[in-house]
Amino acid sequence: MTATAVGAPAARTRGSRNLAGTGPLLRLALRRDRVMMPVWVLVIGASYMSVAQSFAALYDTAAKRADVVQSTASNSSLRALYGPVFSDSLGGLATWRMIGFGGAFAAVMSLIIVIRHTREEEETGRQEMLSSAMVGRRAPLTGALLAALTANGALALLVTVVMAAYARGEGESGAGQFAGSLAVGLATAGVGMLFACTAAIAAQITENARLAKGLTAAVIGAAFVLKAAGDSASADGSSVLTWLSPLGWAENVRAFADERWWVLLVLLAAIGLQAVIAYTLAGRRDIGMSFLPARPGPAHGRLGSADALAWRLQRGGVLGWGAGFLVAGLIFGGLTDGAADLVGGNEQTREIFERMGGRQGLTDSFLAAMTGMLGMVAALYVVASVLRLYGEETGQRAEPVLAGAVGRLRWAAGHLLIAFGGAALIMLLGGLGLFLGYGHRLPGILGASLVQLPAIWVVGGLAVLLYGLFPKAAAAAWGVAGLTLALGWIGPAVNLPQPTMNLSPFTHLPKLPGADMNWPPALLLTAVAAALIATGLTALRRRDMLT
Amino acid sequence: MTKAITVAGLHKSFGRTHALDGLDLTVDTGEVHGFLGPNGAGKSTTIRVLLGLLRADSGAAQLLGRDPWKDAVELHRRVAYVPGDVTLWRNLSGGEVIDLYGRLRGGLDPARRAELVERFELDPTKKGRTYSKGNRQKVALVAAFASDVDLLILDEPTSGLDPLMEEVFQRCVEEERDRGRTVLLSSHVLSEVEALCDRVSIIRKGVTVESGSLAELRHLTRTSVSAELVGAPNGLARLPGVHDLVTQSVEGGRGHRVRLQVDTGHLNAVLRSLSESGIRSLTSTPPTLEELFLRHYAADGTDAADTADAAEAQSASGRGADGTDAAVAR
Repeated sequence: MTATAVGAPAARTRGSRNLAGTGPLLRLALRRDRVMMPVWVLVIGASYMSVAQSFAALYDTAAKRADVVQSTASNSSLRALYGPVFSDSLGGLATWRMIGFGGAFAAVMSLIIVIRHTREEEETGRQEMLSSAMVGRRAPLTGALLAALTANGALALLVTVVMAAYARGEGESGAGQFAGSLAVGLATAGVGMLFACTAAIAAQITENARLAKGLTAAVIGAAFVLKAAGDSASADGSSVLTWLSPLGWAENVRAFADERWWVLLVLLAAIGLQAVIAYTLAGRRDIGMSFLPARPGPAHGRLGSADALAWRLQRGGVLGWGAGFLVAGLIFGGLTDGAADLVGGNEQTREIFERMGGRQGLTDSFLAAMTGMLGMVAALYVVASVLRLYGEETGQRAEPVLAGAVGRLRWAAGHLLIAFGGAALIMLLGGLGLFLGYGHRLPGILGASLVQLPAIWVVGGLAVLLYGLFPKAAAAAWGVAGLTLALGWIGPAVNLPQPTMNLSPFTHLPKLPGADMNWPPALLLTAVAAALIATGLTALRRRDMLT
Repeated sequence: MTKAITVAGLHKSFGRTHALDGLDLTVDTGEVHGFLGPNGAGKSTTIRVLLGLLRADSGAAQLLGRDPWKDAVELHRRVAYVPGDVTLWRNLSGGEVIDLYGRLRGGLDPARRAELVERFELDPTKKGRTYSKGNRQKVALVAAFASDVDLLILDEPTSGLDPLMEEVFQRCVEEERDRGRTVLLSSHVLSEVEALCDRVSIIRKGVTVESGSLAELRHLTRTSVSAELVGAPNGLARLPGVHDLVTQSVEGGRGHRVRLQVDTGHLNAVLRSLSESGIRSLTSTPPTLEELFLRHYAADGTDAADTADAAEAQSASGRGADGTDAAVAR
């Protein structure tokens, strides 16, 4: 569509005019994100804090810490998940556990902020009216990147403070503590900014905000996989694969272990390079257009029902999640053999895995822990998929469909089938990946994957209930899914009390494949999920549609 | 008089689609200029080029004497734009959005803003997601009219407004003209165009097909004439510019009734011929705006004539009632 626009020579423009209006646009972005941005920053900061606190209690002596370092250095599976340990100080351990995930979370936060204020504004047509005012051609991108910088700056500050305050073992020097904390904070935020710039490029090359988000998320996922592969191959983060991943750079800053500050410069250079590319592209295209032009669709459609429409809307999501689960399963499966090395390793770490995966053979524990992880991530899928109903309703797209000969339940059923059936599909694919990576025990692994479904469905059922009863609070379902993920991931590491752990439906599932199948809890959870869905749908049928 | 907008030979294509194919447009400073054309004719593309949102492939465009692409930001201090479909941010109030746009333009007159909010009966405290279509439109209109600018570019600005608000809108545009501001108004509401516009440009398929005052445009189309004559009409059919001639003799042979269409430029000769036969009564109706536009909107020349004729037959009954275009020669 934009072949001509792309080919047109760049206009001679004065730099300052290009940026006119950046200030008001930044204020607009911060005002719009006044809730979302602090929540992201606080949640990431809080996860650093809770890990630092729990490690301070778990590994309170130098001997215990040395033990962890020892076991990690010799265990490629653990390294793939968390990376190598560079220091046996408390800060070093907390960094080891958090840097990969903290960086990935900062990256997701940044991608959402940047796409939201660039491509999404163009897609909705709001940018057109904004740009009719005194807004320079590069101001929207600059405003979005500055908004991301604000969030990441706050995050760097918070992480630095939290690490300096909580991740300090006795007898560790204050100055070293501060340097290490600052390095973690800057590395986390640096990864965030790096992917903010990736998102800025993605926003230039596609016309669709959802696709731009997906492209950036895929790059983040690839970075995570590269780092995992590199770290499982090398004990000191020096593998080429690790160095290909920005998340690997954050790890290689080696906070609390003679910080390598120059690695931060690598991050900075990558940020700058990507920013230059994004700005160059932004200056060379028409507003609302892109470098990957939208292809024309068919002149005649075959969609004939609400179900077909629901599938058409959600199929990209289902297939994307399915592919992601297959790949994740392959990686975890490939790491399973190494998990047995743990046996001789650290007692504490072993206990964590046992709390996650049950008290049986270590391989079984690892498989159970990994299928459990997949299950908790699949809960995010089911929430996203259920909330499509909410998005369709508030986006005014449900109204004309429901004005046709389609009942509300019929309309909802199509989406819910994809949500709950899709969860089964992606878990099956995740299990298949695990089997292909591991090479043994297909029935056991598939069983362990599918046994997660009742718990996933309960989370999805809660989303349906919230959507039906309190549609304006439907987004709280994300909180539920996030909480179960946090309970499942951090809970075993910090040894949370059993009543707290029981809040998560996943806690009640049998730890397959090692343990015996225990039907009552699985059936009970399924019944609970069905009741939640039925109640939500009943409420949906009675309430007013949102306008 | 200086020109607020001059566009000459503007071309813009998207891939194989030629949206603008040598478009010309001239808007004088201080006038309200109607910008008309069927859907997809290129109106919004032209406006986006004028706003520096799209870069023209070739051709010249000037806005307030400057280049709309290169000087976009400086120009936008003096320009307010209202799109046909305003989208707002879900969690920002209408008042916040109005002030934002004011700040992003040359500034906002607070007294005028308050007055406009009152006149448009807008509740500025509601959040973007709760506004109806018409109310979203009002937010953009208040922001535009309250801004201290020289040129207003309005792209179907009244879609979704109720008739009372349409009234308010028209008065606001008149006030803008009285202050010497220029307005480019793209609209499909023909009564609005007729009430407000000094001149209009009609475009089709990316080309300007007609430009001028409404009176000038009327001149280029046909007037319908019906008359009762004492004697037999003589040689009417041979006169240039006469179409659809129907002659009947009145019952009892006491005269003739004549109906015809004539190109308005040839009206004089027709009247002379009629009066030679002795006129008992005469009605002459200038073309309605609808006919005018339909003639230009339709895909090509022959279709245009047919469509215009059909439309005329259709609108003939309602012509007297809406009273906009009927004029009776005395």
